[in-house]
Amino acid sequence: MPAGTKNAGRPPASAKVRAGQTRRRRNALTAWLFALPFVLIFSVFMLGPLVSSFLMSFTDFTSRDIENPLAVGFVGIDQYAALFRNPQFLHSVLNTAYFVVVGIPLTTVLALALAVALNNGITRFRTAFRVGFYTPVVTSIVAVAVVWRFILQPDGLLNVILGWVGIAGPDWLNSTTWSMPALILLAVWRNLGTLMIIFLAGLQAVPGDILEAAEVDGANAWQRFMRITLPMLRPTLLLGTVLLSVGFLQFFEEPFVMTKGGPLDSTLSVSYFTYNQFGFGKYGLASAASYVLFVAIALLSLLQFRALRSKD
Amino acid sequence: MTIPETSAPLPAAPAPAAASTGTGPAAVVRGAAPAGTTGGSPPQRNARRRSSRRAPARRTLTYAVLVVAVSATLLPFAWMFLGAFKTQGELLRRPITWWPEQPTLDNFLVWFNELHIGTFFLNSVVVAAFTVLGNLLFCSMVGYALAKMDFPGKRFLFLLVMVMLMVPGVVTFVPLFVMVSKLGLVSTYPALILPFLAAPMGVFLMRQFIMGIPDSLIEAARIDGAGELRTFLRIVMPLCGPPLATLGILTFLGSWNNFLWPLVVAQTEDMYTLPVALSLYSTGQNATDYGLLLAGSVLVITPIILLFVSLQRYFIQGVAATGIK
Repeated sequence: MPAGTKNAGRPPASAKVRAGQTRRRRNALTAWLFALPFVLIFSVFMLGPLVSSFLMSFTDFTSRDIENPLAVGFVGIDQYAALFRNPQFLHSVLNTAYFVVVGIPLTTVLALALAVALNNGITRFRTAFRVGFYTPVVTSIVAVAVVWRFILQPDGLLNVILGWVGIAGPDWLNSTTWSMPALILLAVWRNLGTLMIIFLAGLQAVPGDILEAAEVDGANAWQRFMRITLPMLRPTLLLGTVLLSVGFLQFFEEPFVMTKGGPLDSTLSVSYFTYNQFGFGKYGLASAASYVLFVAIALLSLLQFRALRSKD
Repeated sequence: MTIPETSAPLPAAPAPAAASTGTGPAAVVRGAAPAGTTGGSPPQRNARRRSSRRAPARRTLTYAVLVVAVSATLLPFAWMFLGAFKTQGELLRRPITWWPEQPTLDNFLVWFNELHIGTFFLNSVVVAAFTVLGNLLFCSMVGYALAKMDFPGKRFLFLLVMVMLMVPGVVTFVPLFVMVSKLGLVSTYPALILPFLAAPMGVFLMRQFIMGIPDSLIEAARIDGAGELRTFLRIVMPLCGPPLATLGILTFLGSWNNFLWPLVVAQTEDMYTLPVALSLYSTGQNATDYGLLLAGSVLVITPIILLFVSLQRYFIQGVAATGIK
């Protein structure tokens, strides 16, 4: 390892330029040695698969071709054409869009409301509240899925509680109409804590004296929130939603552990579609679907980050 | 699906992260201002008095809303813990019961005596331990190089790391599985550990933090004749306590709860991790044994909840750090 490289074999002072070059080369070597473990793991387990997945998406690679990958047929863009003619894939795109369009605003608004509540005049039990809201985040989806399946039964806890206010709850997970709302409920529950903590940190960076000055000038709480807090929170808000979008677009675990994508594909997401095609051994199609998702995520992130930057 | 809370830009300097939670400077200033007597002109004092008169009612309402919301959030956990001690008969009975009528430990005993939960627990611990150690070491090494050294290819390497943060898991999933199976690594620890040994998120986190360490400190070490390795081990690493704690906790959390990859590569029972075991038992012949499944859930989440409650400050700092610009 590069310990003590600095003094090892110091070149003669006469060859100053050569010494500079040597030192620069040696420094570069040292830097790459530091990066080496990561670069190896990164190349083999991330970059390599990312590139092969891209190549695979233009072939009709199936599980039968594992033994002889070189004999695979190149189908080019046809794989993507086939993908967009696949009704199940289109259905999964719509489901994912439904999840994102309903889930993100819902989570954002709730998280913001809780963060504001927690930030305004709550001094006692503040830690307890934060811990409470964050607990779903640290728990395994598989473990909480068990209890949620139980809660969402037709005569389960949720419908018992709804019954108290006179609502006859549906058979959540077996209804094509209600399966997605049930999974959105679960996702909001699981992601609220993260977003709330991020917003809370942002709120605490809003200078108190500005708010006080506004109060002196006669601005009420709502005006102060809309005119001062919200604009100052904007970068945090956008960043939070970018994170949420990246996570929500990959919607997979909730349907996987709760509904297996059903009933009647009503909770089949793009990630789930990809996983299924992989299971059927259609690796080419699975790769194409995963790249469509990747592009969607990248585009959305770029868009949001651009919006974030333009107002700074 | 969880928000990839760890894949966010971080504060360039370490200071805001540390100050971001609980009673950060902003909170202190806000808390102190109404009570303070310095520099308050008469109209300001009036305004304060007005708001403090309104405050009790509003504060009570705020507390009420928060208590209801946090109860709703924690209700599934309460339901899970109570249910784990109920008999199958009581769990299926309608109307539902809240408190276990005849509390039983049978559900837990099945996990310990028949389902060998110790093995799954050990697997989860081994995988998490290696994953955490690998990330702490490798991410800080490359983070140091990216933050404080100049070398050809640096910008490109960093760009690749950034792009990788946006890649959804399913994209690399298929080729990764093909590779692991060709290497004959299915159902081995290396298959469970290697792909997660150095996450791009960790690299980003460490780079951002190390960039905040003053150059003069590192220059001084170099002038004193310390090599890069010694500078890294003696100067940089000792300053990296907070980000290493954050990275360690987030990596542990990710590893402990990781599900899909272990589900696919752990194909023999002796290699199951806790979530894999729970999911396979909950879809197999035990699918309707709710008591057993609830007890399994309790066993899977209890270690992580205990860890979280005792280290909550660091967990929350870690997440908060990702949200600040």
